[in-house]
Amino acid sequence: MKSDLWQISPGFEEVMPAEYRELVDNGPFGKKLGVADMGTFKELLEEHPLCAGCGLALSLRLTLIALPNPEDTIIVGATGCSSLAFPQVSVHNIHSLFGNQNAVATGLKRALSLRFPGQVKDVVVIAGDGATCDIGLEAVVHSWFRGEKLATIMLDNEAYANTGGQESGMSRIGTVLNMAPQGKKFSKVNFPEIAKAAGCAYVAVAEPSRPKRLEQAVRRAILVAREIGPAYVQLFTPCPTNYKFKPSETLSLIKKREQEGVFQTMEYLSPEAEAYIKQIEEAKR
Amino acid sequence: MITQKIVDPDYLFFQSERSKMFITGSEAVSEAIKRANVDMAIAYPITPQSESMHLVGDLYAEGYLKDYFRGENEFSVMSAVAGAAMGGVRVFTATGGPGTMRAFEMFPTWAGARLPVVCAFFTRGVNSPLTIQPDTIEMAYMLDTGIMIFHAENAQDLYDMLLKAFVIAEQPEVHIPVGVFADGFFVTHTRDEVSTAPADLKLPAYDPYSSPVPVMDMNNVPLRQMRDPFVMKSNFISYAAHASWQQEVAAAAQRARRYIDHYLGGLVESENPGADIMIVASGTAVSQGRAAIIAAAGEGIDVGLLKIKCLRPFPTEEIKALTRHCKAIIVPEFNRIGWLAREIKAVVEDNSKVVDGPRVFGGMTMPTEMILESIRRCSA
Repeated sequence: MKSDLWQISPGFEEVMPAEYRELVDNGPFGKKLGVADMGTFKELLEEHPLCAGCGLALSLRLTLIALPNPEDTIIVGATGCSSLAFPQVSVHNIHSLFGNQNAVATGLKRALSLRFPGQVKDVVVIAGDGATCDIGLEAVVHSWFRGEKLATIMLDNEAYANTGGQESGMSRIGTVLNMAPQGKKFSKVNFPEIAKAAGCAYVAVAEPSRPKRLEQAVRRAILVAREIGPAYVQLFTPCPTNYKFKPSETLSLIKKREQEGVFQTMEYLSPEAEAYIKQIEEAKR
Repeated sequence: MITQKIVDPDYLFFQSERSKMFITGSEAVSEAIKRANVDMAIAYPITPQSESMHLVGDLYAEGYLKDYFRGENEFSVMSAVAGAAMGGVRVFTATGGPGTMRAFEMFPTWAGARLPVVCAFFTRGVNSPLTIQPDTIEMAYMLDTGIMIFHAENAQDLYDMLLKAFVIAEQPEVHIPVGVFADGFFVTHTRDEVSTAPADLKLPAYDPYSSPVPVMDMNNVPLRQMRDPFVMKSNFISYAAHASWQQEVAAAAQRARRYIDHYLGGLVESENPGADIMIVASGTAVSQGRAAIIAAAGEGIDVGLLKIKCLRPFPTEEIKALTRHCKAIIVPEFNRIGWLAREIKAVVEDNSKVVDGPRVFGGMTMPTEMILESIRRCSA
């Protein structure tokens, strides 16, 4: 994107909404900002309508801050809690249907590669666990099989939260949820291993209580997707509304799960991805 | 490297030198796409469509298209097509029968998202037990998805309608998808004479910034733009947004009429429109009707023909005007339910004169004699 594109035409400053003016004057475009700069600039997410204590909302906010080139990023989402926040996100983004996000992103990425050869156009998929692991599984995994240059980010709140707390493939075994009245009868799907086996060059599990690690995972995923191949990031984003814990306990729940040994972060880089990331990160120093 | 000259659509369609080819319907698809300056095509196999997208794949290998791949199922293919269109390229795909049903959720979203996608549909049965045979029942389900619907009678129509569909769909005031339907096997797998424009000519490229809704490329304003806004609140503004948008998509199809008139020569075609008995049909049923009309003339019965080329937008006024005088309207169809007869009954002033049928389905052909019998009954 050319930098003059987001400037407001002379004479229109006063009619543009305040938050848009703020974005133009103090937004993240072209500035290479990150989570360390939170509070000093206008973020891409303009408030949001999600619940108090929502782990997904915090993770989405951090993910958007972590985008390496927001001025050339297009996001494809899916139906779910996150889709309620996306109308308030200040980069071009698509909500098409529930579960087709990686297929839409495939077409979009290929179209942009044709129209802007040699230019950065990051296509990032951000969708929930139901959209990614269940209804969209075929499209997600096939985009990886084909080696599509997409970063796929799962916001894993371990349930269909927007429809009222139903079991998903990512819910843990034994959890009582709607549509699992006797507790879920099979284990949480090991999606990171599926991602590795399906050809992702970068796979990470992160969570929002450690924003810098989350930022690193998102950033590396997008950079690897740009040059090497598909990348997958799974963000653990607990849901106080459906899992019935206090909104103030979201981050402590993540820590508790970690202490119990039932949640852990991880990172995998293919040898090619590792060499590429090393090269970039060394060049920065 | 393929070199083709870009020409004005009117020149390509109406003025350029034509040559005759003796080709199948599937090959007619390939000849149309070769001249359509398509950027990307996405394929998934299903009988009787597969051959057409094999041939489009060959065009990609030869350099006529910039990208081509096989998706994982029709729902994903139609989704990827949507993503490509939102990214600002001209994109093509084809399916039929169960593939149409598998992808169904995408068609209203194509229309709602104002995507000028062109998709060919080669109809076949969708029932259980499994059938791959010709049947147009899927068209009944497609009629009200918001996409425009053309129905080809033969390979010539298929070639013309596909090429022209891109130009009609991409008009800024239209900018909604077009489905070009042809009856599977009867059109796809039979050879026919097709008059084509020179292969070294092609349509002008699609201009993504002619779109009435922003392209998702972060190269145009506004930055804060969701395709398509998630207006899911329980309030009047939300309901009004959805209601007005549905009407706008329908209005876009109505605005296409003048382009359909110009490029296709109208939504309908008629022969001997003054006759007391009219056959009103679309697709290959038109050809069977033509044969029956000749046979009826041999028995001294005067029968006219109304061929419906465009089903959405529906040629309500044209059908009303061209059938007002007649005593009987015979509607031959290749499906069990008679969706075209229903459509016609809903618009003619006296629908008691609509003869419901004859109809064949499950893969059957329609003998001329069947239509002729209906004609004889009407003239008795």
